[in-house]
Amino acid sequence: MAEVNLRKVVKRYDDVEAVRGIDLDISDKEFIVLVGPSGCGKSTTLRMIAGLEDITDGDIMIGGDVVNDVPPKDRDIAMVFQNYALYPHMTVAENMSFGLRLKHYPKAEIKARVTEAARLLDITDLIDRKPKQLSGGQRQRVAMGRAIVRNPKVFLFDEPLSNLDAKLRVQMRIEIKKVHQKVRTTTVYVTHDQVEAMTLADRVVVMNKGQIEQIGTPNELYHNPATRFVAGFIGSPAMNFLPCRLEQVGDQLQLRLTDRIAFPLPPRRAAQYNNLPRNERLLLGIRPEHIAEVRPHAEPGIEPFEAVLDVTEPMGMETLVYFTLEGAEICGRVNPNAGARDGAPMRLAVDLNNMHLLDETSGVVLGRP
Amino acid sequence: MSSLTIDKAGPRRKVKYGSMSRDRTWALRWSYFFLTLFAIFALLPPIYMLITSLKSSAEISAATNPWWVFHPTLSNYIELLSSRQYLRFFWNSAVISVVVVAVTMLISVPAAFALARMKFWGSAVLATGVFLTYLIPDSLLFIPLFKMFATIGNWTGIQLINRWYVLLFIYPTLTVPFCTWIMIGYFASIPKELDEAAIIDGASWFQTLTRIFIPVALPGLIAATIFAFTVSWAQFLYPLVFTTSTDQLVLPVGIITSLVKGDVFNWGQIMTGALLGAAPPLIIYAFLMDYYIAGLTAGATKG
Repeated sequence: MAEVNLRKVVKRYDDVEAVRGIDLDISDKEFIVLVGPSGCGKSTTLRMIAGLEDITDGDIMIGGDVVNDVPPKDRDIAMVFQNYALYPHMTVAENMSFGLRLKHYPKAEIKARVTEAARLLDITDLIDRKPKQLSGGQRQRVAMGRAIVRNPKVFLFDEPLSNLDAKLRVQMRIEIKKVHQKVRTTTVYVTHDQVEAMTLADRVVVMNKGQIEQIGTPNELYHNPATRFVAGFIGSPAMNFLPCRLEQVGDQLQLRLTDRIAFPLPPRRAAQYNNLPRNERLLLGIRPEHIAEVRPHAEPGIEPFEAVLDVTEPMGMETLVYFTLEGAEICGRVNPNAGARDGAPMRLAVDLNNMHLLDETSGVVLGRP
Repeated sequence: MSSLTIDKAGPRRKVKYGSMSRDRTWALRWSYFFLTLFAIFALLPPIYMLITSLKSSAEISAATNPWWVFHPTLSNYIELLSSRQYLRFFWNSAVISVVVVAVTMLISVPAAFALARMKFWGSAVLATGVFLTYLIPDSLLFIPLFKMFATIGNWTGIQLINRWYVLLFIYPTLTVPFCTWIMIGYFASIPKELDEAAIIDGASWFQTLTRIFIPVALPGLIAATIFAFTVSWAQFLYPLVFTTSTDQLVLPVGIITSLVKGDVFNWGQIMTGALLGAAPPLIIYAFLMDYYIAGLTAGATKG
C-alpha cells in the first residue's frame, strides 16, 4: 500500500499533447476515479502510472519513490483491463497465479493466496475453468483476482466495466466497492461513466483535454462544481445553462432571464454574488431537480414561472419535463402526479438557493466559497 | 395479417416467397456438388499412382486398362524398401526437413514477435521487407547461391557443394521469410492488453513470448510448421542443383535420378517411391490438424 503522486506530468505524442501537466496527490488506501470524455487523457495518465507509457515530462512517485524509469514489473502495481486480458490457455487459477509463479513464490503460498482471492470474489467454483467457459462478469472477477493475489501497492483499473451490460455493471460496481473496503489498496480507476465515478470514488478527478478540471469528493463536484465542464459533465440529466444578467433594483439584487422573467435573489445568494458586475451577460446553471412543480408554502428563493412543455418523460419515481426558454432547452424534474403533459402549459418553480452563476466566456463558476 | 386478406380477395397468384431453409438446402447441394468435383480432381492422380504401384512392369508395359490391376503385386514396395539407396534418400529428406523446420521456427518466431510487438525504428519496413524476399523465385536465386557456396568453398576450404547439409542453409531462405510473415499476422491478432498484462505480472519479453504468445498463437505456429516441412520435403530445384552424388540426394531428386535410366522409366517403382514419399507429410498433417483448431484465443478478451 502506498500513496501515488503526480508532479507536472506531461505526455506528448509527436505533436499532440495528450496530458498537459497534471498534478495529483493520491493518499494511501484512497479510491480515486479519473473521469472525463474520451480523449481527455485519463487512460494515458493511468498507463503512465502503470509504466506502460513513458512520460514526456514531470515525475510520478509511488510510495515516495520516483518511478519514471522503473519498468512496470518493478512498480508493484496491478492492472485490470477493459477487455479483461485473461490468458486464454490458462485456467482461472493459473491466470491468477501467473505473476506469483514468475516471481517463484512457494507453491503453498500461491495456493493460499489464490484460494483467498477466489473466496473474496466468489469464484471458487470456477478455479479450474478456462476463460472461454466464463461469462463476462466472471471474467472480470478473474481479472480482479489476478490483481488481488499480487497484493500490490496500487490497483489500476482501466474502464473495467465498460464491456458489461447495464445490469451487470451495477452489480460489479458494488462488488468492486466491497473488495476495496476489504483490501484497502490504493486504487486509481478510469471511467467515462460519471455515475461509476460518483458511486465508487473517495475523490473524483474530472479531466478534460489533457488537464484536470477539478478534484473533489463526489458531493463537492456535484454541488459545487468549479467550471461549466464539470457542472455539465457530472449529473444526469445534465445541468441546465441559460443566459442571464444581474440587475440592481433598489437594494435588491435580481436575476433577469428574459425581458419578462426576472427573479429576486434569496439573501444568501445575493450576498454571495454582491461583488459581481451588474447588467453583464452571465450564465445561470441550475440542475433539473431544482426546477419542479409549484408547491404550496414555497420557501424563500423558490420562484414560480409559467412554461409550455415540449416533451415529458415519465421515469416512474419522477417525470422529466423539457421546455424552451430564450432558445435554451431546459430540463426539470417534477412529481409524476403533478399532471405534466406534452404541449401543455405548466406552473413550475425554480429553486434559486441551488443556483450557480458562470462566466459566459471562460465557463468558470463565479462566487464559489 | 393484411396481406392474408388481400390474397383471399384478389385473384390467385403464385407468389414465390424466399425461404431461408430452402436457400440453405440449395447452397448445401451446390457446395456438395463442387466439393465432389474437386475431390475427384484432387484424388485421381494419387489413385492412379496407387494402382500403378501395385502393377508389375510387365503389366504396365502391356498397357491394359490403366484403372484396374489384374495381377496385384507388392514387388515394387518390397524392392524399394529393401533398397539401401531409396532408404538413404528417405533418411536425407527426413533429417533435412526436421532440422530445417527447427531452424526456421527458432528464427522466425522470435523475429515475428519482435516485428509484431516491439515497435522500433524501421520495424514496419523490415516486416514488409521480410515478406518481399519470399517473392523472389528460387529459379532466379539458385545460380547466385551456387556461386556463393562455391566461393565459400574456395576461400575457406569447407566444401558445401554436393553435400546434403548445404540444403540446411538454403531451405531457410525460403521458409524463414514466409513463416515469419505468417507468425507476424498471428501475433498481431493477439490483443495488446495480453502482453501488457503479462508485463505488469512481471514477465520479461522472453517469458511473454514463451508463456503467452507461443501457446496462444499455436494454430499459427502449426500452420508455419506444416508449411516449412512441406517446402523442405518437396523442394526439387535446389537439391537438383546442389547435390549430385547418389548418397547425398533427397527423395524427390533421388527418385528421378535413380529410377529413370536414360529413356527407361521404371513407372511402378517411381509411383511407389512417390507414394511412400508423400506419406510423412500426410501423417504430419493428420497429426497436427487435431491441434490446428482456430479460436484458441477465445475467452482472452471480450469476443
